Amino acid sequence: MDLGPHAFFILAAYAATAAILAALILRAALDHRAQVRALAELEARGARRRSDVTPGAPAAAGWSG
Amino acid sequence: MLARPADPRLRGSALRRIAAATGGGYIASMLTQLANPSVFLRWSGAALPFLAAAAAVLLAVGLSMAWFLAPADYQQGETVRIMFLHVPAAWLALGFYAIMAASALGTLVWRHPLADVSQKAAAPIGAGFALICLVTGALWGKPMWGAYWVWDARLTSVLVLFLMYCGILALWRTIEDPSRAARAVSILTLVGSVNLPIIKFSVDWWNTLHQPASVLRPGGPAIHPSMLYPLLVMAAAFALIAVTLHLAGMRTEILRRRVRTLSLLEAERLDRQAA
Repeated sequence: MDLGPHAFFILAAYAATAAILAALILRAALDHRAQVRALAELEARGARRRSDVTPGAPAAAGWSG
Repeated sequence: MLARPADPRLRGSALRRIAAATGGGYIASMLTQLANPSVFLRWSGAALPFLAAAAAVLLAVGLSMAWFLAPADYQQGETVRIMFLHVPAAWLALGFYAIMAASALGTLVWRHPLADVSQKAAAPIGAGFALICLVTGALWGKPMWGAYWVWDARLTSVLVLFLMYCGILALWRTIEDPSRAARAVSILTLVGSVNLPIIKFSVDWWNTLHQPASVLRPGGPAIHPSMLYPLLVMAAAFALIAVTLHLAGMRTEILRRRVRTLSLLEAERLDRQAA
């Protein structure tokens, strides 16, 4: 395909878009992995939410943080 | 203003009472149930692979249409292919700000924690699409207008949108407590939403170098179907990518808050043991 005299601008636009989308996806994946790992480490050390350790406590209906 | 209930369970039931009182009925209670963070984690986890796959397929179809089906423009030549990135990115940059503004209302009015999470997860995605819009616009402007940048109303208002996104991202990082940060960010987001109609109508209100609306305008699109359909498919693909990233970001944010809660509880436990 002949992109004509402005090929640089067309290809640069597609390359920049790909780079920004890739950065967004990579950031999301790395951030998720870091949080999963941190949560696993805390749970391995015995950290529990109050609703998990209080006998007879009702299950959290709203926020589960 | 009502105080935020200390017990998260009360917030959920308060939301259900509001839904019942406002006559939302079945749909409102279903939405409330879906917005429960634990339920959200379950359904979003199941939906994400399908959304990601659909986004990839649609992007492949959209790129094929943009490159091999859409003709070169009679005036702009091949540079019109930048439109298939620039226009969807602009729509999503505006759309994600609207999502943040709606979530800000959810935070300030209904005080739903998932609204906080939605706001925070939407900000980097909106900023990313605003940046794509600015960069592709500059690369389109240089061969067509002879300049990467001019201080016209449309370009400047989109730059302000990008700077708003940056300010919001910075504010999220400034305040440690997520609930307090969400309230501060909500106010800033709602103030910044004044910019949305300015961006949309800037090309009508002022003399600008930027062309007026060609798709979302009274009287229907002014673009030939051979270019309109690839544009709409690319917009759908970008939207699916953005929604997938948004759901993934919300899941990560919920995990981050769990990590924060467990870290605080662990610190409390260690303090008690030391005392």
